[in-house]
Amino acid sequence: MTTPYTLVDWVLGDGAGWLARFIGAILVWAVPITGFVSFVGLLSIWLERKISAHIQCRLGPMEVGPHGALQTVADGVKLLAKEDIIPADADRILFAFAPMLAFAGTIVGFAVVPFGPGLIVADLDIGLFYLAAVGSLEAIGVIAAGWASNNKWSLFGSVRAATQVVSYEIPMGLAFVTIAALAGTLSMVGIVEQQQGWIANWFLFRNPFTWVAFIIYYIAALAECKRAPFDLPEAESELVSGFHTEYSGMRFAIFFLAEYAQMYVVSAVAAVLFLGGWYTGIAPLDAAIGGGTAGMVVGAGVIVTKSFLLVCVQMWLRWTLPRIRLDQMMYLCLKVLMPFGMLTLVGSTVWEHFLPSPAIVKDGGGWTGNTVMTGVVVAAIGTVALVAYVRSVIRATPSLRAASNS
Amino acid sequence: MDWSTIMWWVMAAVTVIPAVMIVLSKDIVRLAFWLLASLTGVAGLYILLGADFLGFTQVLVYIGGIMVLILFGIMMTNRDAVLMRRGETSGGAMLTGVVIAAATALALLKVVKDTKWKEAAPVDMPATTARVGESLLTDYVLPFELVSVLLLIVLCGAAYIARRRPEET
Repeated sequence: MTTPYTLVDWVLGDGAGWLARFIGAILVWAVPITGFVSFVGLLSIWLERKISAHIQCRLGPMEVGPHGALQTVADGVKLLAKEDIIPADADRILFAFAPMLAFAGTIVGFAVVPFGPGLIVADLDIGLFYLAAVGSLEAIGVIAAGWASNNKWSLFGSVRAATQVVSYEIPMGLAFVTIAALAGTLSMVGIVEQQQGWIANWFLFRNPFTWVAFIIYYIAALAECKRAPFDLPEAESELVSGFHTEYSGMRFAIFFLAEYAQMYVVSAVAAVLFLGGWYTGIAPLDAAIGGGTAGMVVGAGVIVTKSFLLVCVQMWLRWTLPRIRLDQMMYLCLKVLMPFGMLTLVGSTVWEHFLPSPAIVKDGGGWTGNTVMTGVVVAAIGTVALVAYVRSVIRATPSLRAASNS
Repeated sequence: MDWSTIMWWVMAAVTVIPAVMIVLSKDIVRLAFWLLASLTGVAGLYILLGADFLGFTQVLVYIGGIMVLILFGIMMTNRDAVLMRRGETSGGAMLTGVVIAAATALALLKVVKDTKWKEAAPVDMPATTARVGESLLTDYVLPFELVSVLLLIVLCGAAYIARRRPEET
């Protein structure tokens, strides 16, 4: 296997030594990505405030900058200037180490998330597997934080985070395997390139089971980001503020940034796996843009837009759904999503065996007709069935029923 | 020194220093986090050897699964009880430990010395995942299936043991 063409090679030329390449990688990738993460954090926090406000018929921040756009910057400055408080009986080293681990555990995910054609830090041969492996590092930071704080609410939050990790990882893995089996590769770039052409080529529409896999992945991703309805480790109304109760100032801000960065990572992965990555879904348009710099710029715009749309859906869900209980979270992940995930994996491979998508058009020809249409219809039926099932679960659970009625 | 040698030394340090700290640490939670660092180093060594799939399996299984479960278990115990104090080990136990450790170290050193190591230049990392998958479903399909069945039995057994029996409720 030849070394894939990367931005570092492009900047330095081929003959650079390892030290130059190392420094080059820091300058070309690590610094801009940290900047991008900060930007994502600022934008997402502002979006979250505005979206939550509008969902609750409020205005949200309006004073600093146009429509409060600079409010987050002002808050960031405030957090920087705050006193750094460590509780007297805390495990000081772990207390300081936990936010770093959480942030680093999130940011390593960016290594395989493409920002556009050719704009990827490392197109690993095992990209998807890498993502599944490093996905739980952030949770270990959260667990460390809760333990080091020496506070019972924090510890409750940590134990909940640990429980959540072992629950959501399985359905998420099954959704990954479904796509890997279809794509025949674990490389993120390889997966995107199979979704070239019309929107029908996106893995979301490939067969009815991938549709279900997308829903499973998205629910599991919500749990990975600790977002409502899975914000159990935080649970403001029960645990003060869960694992970061004792954190203030910049350490708290780093946890916050890690959460928003992770929201972007899982959304970008959803865009790569199911929503065609950097392709617009309109074959002639992609062909007209072509490769090169124009393709890079447009592709980056497309994938970032898709990711941010999914981030907004996460926010929408957070301000719409009530928090579920811990046992309900385990029930949902292990007894609902996991069987559906297995069904999805088997169903998807069987479907591909008997009804292979023949004309998955590389050059942007016609729609694939029957296969795709059948897929869309059956996907609709599958979605209805899943919704009906979840509704029946809600009806059978008194507390959930009460929550959905109020 | 080329980069792979340097990375090898870095990864070896990341593996060995935390391993020593595990033995010396008094606080069982710190110990768990030293274990985390040591396992990460081992994963790094696998990756340096070109076994990327194995390396990330190490991360997925040991760090994502087993470490989380270890921490989960520790947090279920009482905080005071988990602070191990130095000096609780009796002299006899210490002596036995030293003898066993020395014997193991000697045996390992002998193996290292007697093995004829082949020197090989570092090569570009070939993609292993596809080959691993193919071998699992062709040449090694029987062991693979046997292990799957074994894990399934373990899973059923664990669920049976953990199940709440009617008379206990």
